[in-house]
Amino acid sequence: MSEPLLQVDGLKKLYPLGGEAVLHAVAGVDFAIDRAETIGLVGESGCGKSTLVRLVTRLIDPSAGSIRFDGVEIGDRPARRFGKAPERAQIQMVFQDATDSLNPRYTAFHAIADPLRRLKAMSGSALRARVEEVARLTGLPPELLPRFPHQLSGGQKARVGIARAIAVEPRLLVLDEPTSALDVSVQVVILQLLQDLKERLGLSYLFVSHDLNVVRLLCDRILVMYLGRIVESGPAEEVFNAPRHPYTRALLSAVPTPGTTSRDRRIPLPGEPRSPINPDPKICSLYGRCYRSAERCTEVMPALDEIAPGRRVACHFPVLDLDEAVAEPVLVSQA
Amino acid sequence: MTEALRHARYVLSENLVTTFAFSLFTFFVLCAILGPAIVPYDPLASDTAQALNPPSLAHFFGTDQLGRDIFSRVVVATRLDLGIAVTSVALAFGVGTIGGLVAGYFGGWADRIIGRIVDTIMAFPLFVLAMGIVAALGNTVANIVYATAIINLPIYARLARTEANVRREAGFVEAARLCGNSEWRIVLTQLLPNIMPLMMVQVSLTLGYAILNAAGLSFIGLGVRPPTAEWGIMVAEGASNIVSGEWWIALFPGLVLMAAVFCFNLMGDGLRDMVDPRKRT
Amino acid sequence: MSIDRQSVPLLAIEDLSVEFRTRSGLVRALDRVGFTLKRGETLALVGESGSGKSVTAMAIMGILDDAAHATNGRITFGGLDMLAASPRVLDEIRGREVAMIFQNPRAALNPIRPIGKQIADILLRHGNVTAAQAPDRAIEMLSSVRIPDPKRRANSYPFELSGGMCQRVMIAMALACEPALLIADEPTTGLDITTQATIMDLIAELAAVHSMATLLITHDLGLASEYCDRIAVMHAGQIVETAPTASLFASPRHPYTAKLIAATPGEVPHLADLASIPGGLPDLRRADLPACRYSARCERMEDDCMLPPVPRLVLADGAEVVCRHPR
Repeated sequence: MSEPLLQVDGLKKLYPLGGEAVLHAVAGVDFAIDRAETIGLVGESGCGKSTLVRLVTRLIDPSAGSIRFDGVEIGDRPARRFGKAPERAQIQMVFQDATDSLNPRYTAFHAIADPLRRLKAMSGSALRARVEEVARLTGLPPELLPRFPHQLSGGQKARVGIARAIAVEPRLLVLDEPTSALDVSVQVVILQLLQDLKERLGLSYLFVSHDLNVVRLLCDRILVMYLGRIVESGPAEEVFNAPRHPYTRALLSAVPTPGTTSRDRRIPLPGEPRSPINPDPKICSLYGRCYRSAERCTEVMPALDEIAPGRRVACHFPVLDLDEAVAEPVLVSQA
Repeated sequence: MTEALRHARYVLSENLVTTFAFSLFTFFVLCAILGPAIVPYDPLASDTAQALNPPSLAHFFGTDQLGRDIFSRVVVATRLDLGIAVTSVALAFGVGTIGGLVAGYFGGWADRIIGRIVDTIMAFPLFVLAMGIVAALGNTVANIVYATAIINLPIYARLARTEANVRREAGFVEAARLCGNSEWRIVLTQLLPNIMPLMMVQVSLTLGYAILNAAGLSFIGLGVRPPTAEWGIMVAEGASNIVSGEWWIALFPGLVLMAAVFCFNLMGDGLRDMVDPRKRT
Repeated sequence: MSIDRQSVPLLAIEDLSVEFRTRSGLVRALDRVGFTLKRGETLALVGESGSGKSVTAMAIMGILDDAAHATNGRITFGGLDMLAASPRVLDEIRGREVAMIFQNPRAALNPIRPIGKQIADILLRHGNVTAAQAPDRAIEMLSSVRIPDPKRRANSYPFELSGGMCQRVMIAMALACEPALLIADEPTTGLDITTQATIMDLIAELAAVHSMATLLITHDLGLASEYCDRIAVMHAGQIVETAPTASLFASPRHPYTAKLIAATPGEVPHLADLASIPGGLPDLRRADLPACRYSARCERMEDDCMLPPVPRLVLADGAEVVCRHPR
């Protein structure tokens, strides 16, 4: 079995907040991305997906754990100096807000040329040729290259962001909500472009999105994150059709589905998420909001176990019957 | 580059006030460059027989106590005053902006040290500080330039620091890191161009202050010394004569001084529009 | 000054056209927009950016920019002609009879005033309560929107609350005077999925309790279909189709509606089935816009589509489609 393209083990990111308080943004994450695979990462605000993304792209340093890219450990090289690493060009990112991620003083050409200059030491006519080639690949008409971001539409800016990311021929592309700011019709074009590029260039994607419908269409496997941990993972279709973790089930029940009133099948998550500051390592992160809460949930943190080949769930009582009734959580008094 | 020039022309055509300000500035620059060559009289030549003549066709601005032609002196002084202003602002801008960017972007020790330096400068009434610097270092034009640069530095440092702080976590900064840019390269090639429009407005305002500062120092006897032609000194030399009715000795240099400061202030907006790509449609 | 809450329909917009005077020309933002809303009904105004949905909402509230003016049409709310009403009358109506909630709730709240006081301000403004009663009534409103520990929370500032909680506060403020109509402009964009569901459920529940009509402005077809009885689809300042939700999805009559549904990820089984919409929005500053502003992008276009007026066909189930060659 060949080595996965990206292998993450025991990854943690902790932020000391002064005194004894420590924020556990990423509290121990393991997963792998194979070649030519699209992994979807879903989770709500505060789950740690932005932090995880910045760890994988080496913009910040992990507090613990390993990140191996193509068999080589890259987690120990400080983020400050990662710009000089050979792997820098292999892992690139497309940002959520294309407007924010483009320097307002740089033309589209300049923005796409920047990584080529810095990472591939290209210049002159070779540089120009490559920028135009990449622009063509992303469907950006060459006459738009001298324009500034404020002279481009949302869809065009998204294309510039993608062109810039693929210009240096990365193997892994992290996409942080690349279409959430776009209109539906533009989103279609960009999603299909991403699929096309993936097939043509043999890319792997880590696709972060809050739009579960998009994730379902684009991704081979998905990871569900909650409070700094992965709570469920598996092939996209399987996780969508038969979610095993109560949180995944609640998340899916909240997705508006045209035609049906899902209000009756809505699974509530009462209250607010537990605090990520100094979390009790024995209590499950969903305890208190989970309708399946029981005493065991306060004694041992559930590990991400494989319940079927390729299918992992971190829960002591994974959902087996999708039609089971949902009751209010019965809480054990917390010491 | 031609795109930039075309945009510059567009800005000028849009706003008459800007056009006027830039024309005036061009006029001043021409005076500075060509001044000594085109003036009717030698600015230093005194002719006591002609002293204290009111404005006439022979002497447009009249003559001063030593019979020197005020018009020639005013024109020639342009070079000195503009020179002092531009040099000191360039220094203040250069050092202040880089310092502020470093403080705002890197934070930590850099921020603390630069912050203390800036605070120290700002603790003094700025003109008094300039006086002190020139008095301590000596009455030369170079020292006026340094003094003016130092007292104007804090404004640039503060502005640059705030802007760097705000943009530190912007998407394009992260994107630049992904593209392999080192932190220093980000400061100079990503952040600096972004804050230029704001700095341009500041530059024009500071030019006005710088000229007033230099003139003020000369007025009280620090800095430029007679018989050098400089607007501030000329106003000082003419001040006592106002009472005796020779109003032209102080008035004309004062008017020109006012016009220069006015011109710089008006230029500020125009400069910003030219430099900011967002103004291009 | 109050409106007649029993009038049928509660809100009627007829032939509304709005133009904006801008430096680059006259923008014809709305072109003969028309729809009705009955008491207790929910209608969604769906469209992409630039379709004119927010302009319509602001026209109803009378809070359009100074550069805008209605060149045509009428807005009748509870028997009152909103376009002809004086500013004083509109001030009375706003907040009391019709209320609006916006996208990005934290930005819509006063950052330096505790939320309890902000709710009390509205109550006092519209004279429903005395100054002594206002704080308690504000706490009641907070608990009606399910904010935990409302008595303590009333002293919180907006920055201390999450996005979802801020939106609840906005809803509390909007519903403080029990308006007859609630306009919700993209109320859940930017919120998490689960928060979105809770907020929308809350709005639906409160609307049912107070028999309040709801106008939901959104770009999300899925959201519209889940919460609304009827959907009006907008394109480039025109309403192209209005229909009860089920029939809109079962058989969309306007080509744009069909394309919009086919571009929505939740509606198709595979990525390859997603269809984009060719072309782009027309420039609304042009004086020579065709009668149907979708015609340039439409696969069913014929020559007579350019000629005004575009016929409005009313169908059996009360649906309307504005098209010369509907499907």
